[in-house]
Amino acid sequence: MTSSETTEAALLRIGGLTKRFGGFTALDNVSVDIRPGERFGLIGPNGSGKTTLINCISGAFRTEPSTVVFNGEDITRMPPHVRTRRGIARSFQIPRPFRSMTVIENLMVAADFTGGHLSLTADDHRDQAMAILQQMGLANKANARVTGLSQVELRKMELARAMATRPKLLISDEAMAGLSGSEVDEVLDLLLKLAGESITIIMIEHIMQAVMRFSQRIMCLDAGKIIAIGQPSEVMGNARVQEAYLGT
Amino acid sequence: MKRNALAFWGACVLFLAAILVSTELVANEYWFFAGYVILQFIVLSVAWTILGGYAGYVNFGTSAFFGVGVYTAVFLVSTFGAPLPLQIAVAAVVGAILGFAVGLLTLRMQGIFFSIATIALTIIIETTVTNWRELGGAAGIQIQRPPVSPPFHSYVQMLVFVQALLVVLSVAIARYIQNSWIGRGLQALRDDELAAECTGVPTLRLKLTACVISGALMCAAGAPAAMYLQYADPGSAFNLNYSVSVLAMALIGGTAHWIGPVIGAILLGVTQQLLAVTISSEVNVLVLGIMLVLFVIGAPEGIIGLFRNRRGAEGKT
Repeated sequence: MTSSETTEAALLRIGGLTKRFGGFTALDNVSVDIRPGERFGLIGPNGSGKTTLINCISGAFRTEPSTVVFNGEDITRMPPHVRTRRGIARSFQIPRPFRSMTVIENLMVAADFTGGHLSLTADDHRDQAMAILQQMGLANKANARVTGLSQVELRKMELARAMATRPKLLISDEAMAGLSGSEVDEVLDLLLKLAGESITIIMIEHIMQAVMRFSQRIMCLDAGKIIAIGQPSEVMGNARVQEAYLGT
Repeated sequence: MKRNALAFWGACVLFLAAILVSTELVANEYWFFAGYVILQFIVLSVAWTILGGYAGYVNFGTSAFFGVGVYTAVFLVSTFGAPLPLQIAVAAVVGAILGFAVGLLTLRMQGIFFSIATIALTIIIETTVTNWRELGGAAGIQIQRPPVSPPFHSYVQMLVFVQALLVVLSVAIARYIQNSWIGRGLQALRDDELAAECTGVPTLRLKLTACVISGALMCAAGAPAAMYLQYADPGSAFNLNYSVSVLAMALIGGTAHWIGPVIGAILLGVTQQLLAVTISSEVNVLVLGIMLVLFVIGAPEGIIGLFRNRRGAEGKT
């Protein structure tokens, strides 16, 4: 893998990204290229900088120029909603639904603001949203209030809302945290299905079986630094990764 | 959807016709004086709801926008002798510009910080006007009404009709926003601003839009007040009571639907007028406070929230 090859092919290029909060360095010179269609796993102990990295990609945190390049375009000066329109969607570690709305209304916000609200009617948006809910197995909850959803439904709703922005890159931030074994499989199958539709997916997860099953490549962060990146089996076999996780 | 629109515009025409007819039928001027105040509060609370309700940015600066509207009209009358429609139009433009400037400065703040900033705005503008000698300064300024134009018999009747037009305009705008993608975007950012951004909602631009529209309507509602009172002074034009009353009306009525502030403004406006003529004009502030406390505890989503809950409960059984 030469660097010139990856530059051409990369959908998302993180180059020398450092993020400091006061004296604390949350991300330290992180560089990685993510290829179109890749299923990319991001792991690391708590506080290692995974969510900070996601926030830098999605625009919640500002970074230095050219540290985040998406689809060949420097996006570091773009606010989050412009990045979303360029094709970066995310879910949140702790679900952040629009609580005063129904499930389908949550999705329609995405359709309204990323799908050209002037050219399409509200009915078109409703149809689009319904199709995504069907794909996610949430069609029967379309008109339910989000406050009445179970945890797994809430996670799926967040992924559905992210999908409604028609992303090229989907970032799933611990979408399986707190779910039961069968629910984890359910969400994992969904993500694999989405990946099959040529959406690039970055998955942050603590559940190792899920990450191993899902990822083509895994990156492990510890204290803001990349300590391993490569094939899942290689990364899992890495002594530093085991040390970071198991403390041995 | 179409039938709804027909019913809405039909009701608007009926409302305006009723006001016109009343100018022929009602002889007692007091009803117009009282009616004007209530209509003015409807415009203000509907305008407040666009930013405070739909977007969730609690604005304590209603009196600043209202007062700027009053003084824009005063300035235009005393300098150019401008007619009423021009006063209102210019006030709306000034309000939009003020809304944009205030929005740019304050809308990056959230929650209580935004509210405090809007109170500060009121004080700054009031102090400026108090020290502006050409506008009468602290002593205030008197202005003369021009002769009334037919079919109205008195200037106050005409002002009531003009304010009723503003009610229709503000309600139509609020209704449009609520039912459009703008309303959905505002609702999304009220629920969760970061999630809204990450769903493609341009939050700052939408908040600015809401602030501009809300500010323009508030200033427009204030403009006719100069002619209504034939007098303006900073202490009453920028009275914080406007901010508090309007906020209470919107919250008591409910801010999730445009009808909420209309109901709240009629309810509180009528109560205030009744108290002012039966007991004293000071008591109404006390009653306002008590009603606000009761509603915050008993019906946090206002009167329309109560109806929705009841309908929801009936639907389940």
